Amino acid sequence: MATETAIDVVMPQMGVSVSEGTVTRWLKQEGEHVEADEPLLEISTDKIDTEVPSPATGTVTQILVQEGETVDVGTKLAQIGGAGIGGAADGAPAPVAETPPPAPAAQQEAPSQQAPQPVQQPAQEPEPASNGGSGHTFISPVVARIAAEHNVDPSQVSGSGRGGRVTKKDILDFIEQGGQAAAQPQQPQQPQQPQQPQQPQQPQPEAAVPAAPAAPAPAPPQAAPAPPKPPAAAPVTPDEALAGETVEPISAMRRGIAEHMRRSLDTSAHVTSAIEVDMARVVAAREQLKKEYQAAYGVNPTYLAFVARATVQTLANHPYVNGELRGDSIITRNFVNLGIAVELADGKGLIVPVLKNAETMNLLGLAKGIADIAKRARDKQLIPDDVQGGTITITNPGGYGTFHGTPVISQPQAAILGTYAVVKRPWVVQDSLGKDVIAIRPLMNVTLTYDHRLVDGAYASRFLKELRERLEAWEGDGG
Amino acid sequence: MAEMTYLQAISDGLRTEMRRDDRVFVIGEDVGVYGGAFKVTLGFQEEFGPWRVIDAPLAETAIMGGATGAAIMGMRPVAEMQFADFVSCAWDHLVTVAAKQHWRVGIPVPIVLRLPSGGGFSGGPFHSQNPESSFAHIPGLKCVCPATPEDAKGLLISAIEDPNPVLFFEHKHLYRRIKTEVPEERYTTPIGKARTHREGRDISVITWGAMVYTAEEAAQQLENDGVSVEIIDLRTIMPWDKAAVLESARKTSKVLVLHEDTHTGGFGAEIAATIAEEAFEDLDGPVRRVTAPDTPVPFSPPLEKAYIPQVEDVVKGLRELAEY
Repeated sequence: MATETAIDVVMPQMGVSVSEGTVTRWLKQEGEHVEADEPLLEISTDKIDTEVPSPATGTVTQILVQEGETVDVGTKLAQIGGAGIGGAADGAPAPVAETPPPAPAAQQEAPSQQAPQPVQQPAQEPEPASNGGSGHTFISPVVARIAAEHNVDPSQVSGSGRGGRVTKKDILDFIEQGGQAAAQPQQPQQPQQPQQPQQPQQPQPEAAVPAAPAAPAPAPPQAAPAPPKPPAAAPVTPDEALAGETVEPISAMRRGIAEHMRRSLDTSAHVTSAIEVDMARVVAAREQLKKEYQAAYGVNPTYLAFVARATVQTLANHPYVNGELRGDSIITRNFVNLGIAVELADGKGLIVPVLKNAETMNLLGLAKGIADIAKRARDKQLIPDDVQGGTITITNPGGYGTFHGTPVISQPQAAILGTYAVVKRPWVVQDSLGKDVIAIRPLMNVTLTYDHRLVDGAYASRFLKELRERLEAWEGDGG
Repeated sequence: MAEMTYLQAISDGLRTEMRRDDRVFVIGEDVGVYGGAFKVTLGFQEEFGPWRVIDAPLAETAIMGGATGAAIMGMRPVAEMQFADFVSCAWDHLVTVAAKQHWRVGIPVPIVLRLPSGGGFSGGPFHSQNPESSFAHIPGLKCVCPATPEDAKGLLISAIEDPNPVLFFEHKHLYRRIKTEVPEERYTTPIGKARTHREGRDISVITWGAMVYTAEEAAQQLENDGVSVEIIDLRTIMPWDKAAVLESARKTSKVLVLHEDTHTGGFGAEIAATIAEEAFEDLDGPVRRVTAPDTPVPFSPPLEKAYIPQVEDVVKGLRELAEY
């Protein structure tokens, strides 16, 4: 791809429900060369963290969204090739915000100051517009002309078109609602008059705006807008922290988790039942298979894989546990998309990649699948499809020795299974004569947290009972 | 006013001119005794006699050549191709002679060539085409494509009056399907003047012929979405009413061009290009075309339905523009 042509890098759509993403790190800086498909930046969304490959080969001429900023999907993040810094990046014929004021000093500041501002607008505008005004989507010819004629910065306007584009109607509504006055608080009555003296100083050749040669130059107050206002749900600034407190910005993933956890508790009637499972046969089977699996397949048959296999089998007889309350209907399925909760390093979040059609996998397949998605989750290599479509989730906090928990259901599923530490405990069993004796057995607690709107307590208990029977009767690789 | 079908209005306009002007005569295959393949000239031979309603041999070149010679000698021939598709046989006489005669030697050639065109009735590749763009491309020819009975009559009379060769594309699918009030007296509808079929604010549809009705149904559906669609019926595509199209484009800033002819090089391309050239700074979205694909017209009813733009195709195009 020729570097002469300017190629836009935009915030990609990472999954159907994702509407925004955060730039976490630029891997290339302005002026650096990048190859097509070479990682250009890292982004974080409420679903996944990932690298964004460069759409073209060329020089990174402009970075428009800085690290830590969250912008809508479709927002232009950077430009590869083309005119470079200070160019009319969004294709608008001299939109007013980018027309530098006459003073040369201000002209130099303009690109660095102004570039990030439009993308900050969506987060900071207190208005509830669904598509915040994004100054870096396409500006149509008519919008550019109206903007020039009315001295309005299109990036100040909330866009309702595709990808947040400002439509003709948007900008006309904006002007009608006094957008011009708002943009120019110092000249609310007759915006034309104060601008007249500006015109002789206008350094722009008229040819730059062919259809609107009389378009007035932007007044200085508009070309240098007021500093960004604090957003509606304002983050705590370092100044506001109390003594001893540390402030860190919330990540997109954390915001997503927060929203989802709250929504899940507000949606489902959470009830948790627990059962104790004698894992003696599983432990024995695992000891037997461990060497073989590791030597032949390089995979560790974890307890989680055993539980997953038994769970998938048990779900066939308890479809509501694998079901969903969707609107006024109950959905059940002949497949299991098994979500596995994976913690990211240092408490930086939790992600639930999904093993699709887990009912088709045997113990080895599940062990490999779980190892694969867990590794990819930690390496930020998941793709959006990996985290969608789960029908039930298993969470495994037992690695730290906890013996009980009440996890939160991943919406819109009906249940989440918890597995806990395998602990040696004195256990009453029958000896060969049928007499009760105390034996040392590896016990695991398993919980099922279910949505009581759909799953009854006895139904859940029967599920757990069958799951226990499968694990306690385990043989070989489980078939 | 009288209620007339599109077909009756054409007959009425032709009869009016033949009664008024002795120079006007009809020539074509089966136009006399049989009254025309579609019965446009039914009863004409009884009224005007065999020398003014001439049954020609099955030879489009002869019809076209004869009409051209008669026009040069001062007559006003109204020649009929049984189907517009057959005009390709007469291409040389029409394009090389009739279209260029006035330019070349200063002698006008006032011919009207009636061309039953359009599909929608499983006529297949030889009986369903809309070849207007091929002739709109030829300097010296005028192309008329009425959509309503009133315009069909008024434009036919204008075409007969016009001193140039005028191709009168009458859409077969409208012949008996469309019936409206038409003035009984003689009147003319100007060539080169569009008609606003429906006023709207948000998107303009530029179309002509039978597609006006497809656009109308689509516009009604969009109205339920709260999108106001304007329909401009071009009525004539050469010369075409650029001013009306540009005015509508400037008003709505979004334009969909709709025609039944095939896509590439169709007249919609000319309209889209003109809008891009002359109304660029008024556009709020790309100019879209909804047309037939670049293939011959299929026989099979389901295939033909997939081929000719349907209401849902227009609705889809309009929704995409509305959401843009």
